[in-house]
Amino acid sequence: MSVAPAVTAARAGLISCEVCQLLARPVSRAEPGHCPRCGEELAWRKHHSIQYTWALVVAAAICYIPANVLPVLTTTALGNADSDTIMGGVVLLYQTGSWPLALVVLVASVMVPLGKLVALAYLLITVQRGSLGGTRDRTRLYRLVEFIGRWSMLDVFVDTFTVALVQLQPLMSVEPGPGVLFFGAVVVLTMMAAETFDPRLIWDPTLTHEERHA
Amino acid sequence: MNTRASSRTTMNTAVTTVACEECDLLQRLPELPPGGKARCVRCGNTLAMRPTDPINRPLALTVAAAIVFLIANTSPLMGLSVVGRASSTTIVNGVYEMWQQDERITAVVVAFCALIAPGTYILFMLTVLLAAQRPVVPIWAGEMLRWASSMQPWSMSEVMILGILVALIKIAQLAKVEPGIGMYAVGGLIVLLAGVAMTFEPSEIWQRVEWEE
Repeated sequence: MSVAPAVTAARAGLISCEVCQLLARPVSRAEPGHCPRCGEELAWRKHHSIQYTWALVVAAAICYIPANVLPVLTTTALGNADSDTIMGGVVLLYQTGSWPLALVVLVASVMVPLGKLVALAYLLITVQRGSLGGTRDRTRLYRLVEFIGRWSMLDVFVDTFTVALVQLQPLMSVEPGPGVLFFGAVVVLTMMAAETFDPRLIWDPTLTHEERHA
Repeated sequence: MNTRASSRTTMNTAVTTVACEECDLLQRLPELPPGGKARCVRCGNTLAMRPTDPINRPLALTVAAAIVFLIANTSPLMGLSVVGRASSTTIVNGVYEMWQQDERITAVVVAFCALIAPGTYILFMLTVLLAAQRPVVPIWAGEMLRWASSMQPWSMSEVMILGILVALIKIAQLAKVEPGIGMYAVGGLIVLLAGVAMTFEPSEIWQRVEWEE
């Protein structure tokens, strides 16, 4: 593959269809029209990518606080009620001797969501500032965010199946707490944020930079 | 197979030049050997792959996944017994229990990620791959393929099984727990779905879709 440096589709006046990847010639610059093969609306870049992604990241960051502060599970055993937050669940797993699992839950439920928020904010800020450096690394970071996001749903599944199984009234029962809702919201919102972010924006400043210095 | 080859060569000129989805770089795809992959020279994103048997292999795996999906959803995932009392749970049961406990939004999210997304993904892939048996793929199959792809990130069987394992170990200190048939079925489903993703290349379908240039 020998390619002249940085001839992008946009530069050549072409749009790659987001659904079927067909390289299409848009009707006009302002109104690109639709993909001739699959009918998808053509767009040079995802619509309002930066605004949508910021909105979702901020919403997720807000939900992250109640998700960690409010209890996710309330265990009632012989009349004693005991509430656990996500961190409480990790500590409980650690104390009962299964530290590998405690680590898995800690990484998936606490570190991954926080890391995703930081990573997305970093990507958004560098794109908005038109940064030129580390384009390849930033694309890699984006891929990691996209790939790892689903794993944060772990705690929601843990809570659901704990609740479903431990229903032995009046002996013992487990009820979900309000933290689960916020936690699920964090995961869904960050996944949507990763979808609305357009990684091509990372590379766009390099093109205009090259043009200016040509 | 011969009828397919002719329709493909006419479209090949439009298909071999692609723009990278992640950095928009225009590049010409080389003729790939079976099992080969092409990566973007600039950002390293996978541009295309050429599976050895692009339609039949993913079809076989999808059929198997559909069967295993049904087993996974009808048999108990795990059972629990404590002082003579026993209970067991299925995926649907977990969703139902969350709904009952007034965590309705969470119940919907779990239902979507554990049931609806993998279910529709399997169903749509099955339809697309069956439609791809025809010499020219109808346009509605493309529409279904697009739906299947948008379901894929939300289909979380592998996350669910890890969640179930953690739940099992957490409960194991309170009561005796046993993994059920459903659990092994979910395990099989994960392997099969990964197999479908590895042997399937969406462009193989798009190249065969009928459209007017």
